[in-house]
Amino acid sequence: MDKLIIEKTKQTPAVSFDPDSGVFNMSGRSIPENTFDYYKPILTWLDGYLKNPQDKTIVKVHLEYFNTSSSKFILELFKKLTPINNDMDDKEVLVEWYYDEDDEEMMETGEDYMEVSGLTFELIEVEEE
Amino acid sequence: MVDAYKMFSLMEKENIVISFKGEITSEIISEVLRMAEDKLDGEKNSIRKKIYNILVEGLQNLYHHSETRHISEDMGETKEAILLIWYEDNTYHIQTGNYIKNENIPLLKTKLEKINAMSKDELRKYYKEVLNNNQFSEKGGASLGMIDIAKRSGEKLDFSFTKVNDYISFFDFVVKVKK
Repeated sequence: MDKLIIEKTKQTPAVSFDPDSGVFNMSGRSIPENTFDYYKPILTWLDGYLKNPQDKTIVKVHLEYFNTSSSKFILELFKKLTPINNDMDDKEVLVEWYYDEDDEEMMETGEDYMEVSGLTFELIEVEEE
Repeated sequence: MVDAYKMFSLMEKENIVISFKGEITSEIISEVLRMAEDKLDGEKNSIRKKIYNILVEGLQNLYHHSETRHISEDMGETKEAILLIWYEDNTYHIQTGNYIKNENIPLLKTKLEKINAMSKDELRKYYKEVLNNNQFSEKGGASLGMIDIAKRSGEKLDFSFTKVNDYISFFDFVVKVKK
């Protein structure tokens, strides 16, 4: 299975999902007008990954801004991974949710995603340059 | 004849930070967001991010939901909207105006009144509920946008509808961000 690499744009985040290490990175802004076009290939790629996931999958998310239509797809992305935790013995998913210091709203959003998705989250504050 | 000085003076007096009137395209959204980042450069991060997030939702609402209005035979139709950001009493006001079909007013009004009646905690709970509900609205919104705007603002949403004709009205919407 190939890595999923998407370059960052002004409106969409950079993505680098490595199926061999099980480390998934997503960072930047997610504010496109047509969110479906951006997220559909990512969700499709995850369907492939789910057939044979690593023992430990780590999803590192560091978003500066995202719009509410992206928020639905980000939840879809997390939900897609829940079968690894729930149905596969000895395999697990950890989400590392990074937020900039002073960005309390982004921290709360992480808490909300943790609750709604049922995945294990680690909320990590990042110092801004 | 438009008096530019009068217009300029009015904008100065009202502390208008950004103003735009026209059709909201993807390019315009990017440009307005870039301008907002420039203008708010000196602000605290938390305030800047709040305004930026509200602005993204507000502009995308205009992009997805503005209606067309027939102006006249020679001028044809317009789908134009207005965006104003102004500052007064330590508060930023993000104001948008766009055409809306009269038939769509009752539903929008009900939604906004429901949101305005909620406390901060209730809004957060409602946001999670709508986020978790699997129905994607036709235009991808599911009114999550309005809940998000209210949650970030922390103030009641101001809105009014001005009837233009039997078919269409103008929706005036103000979101406040206190410093």
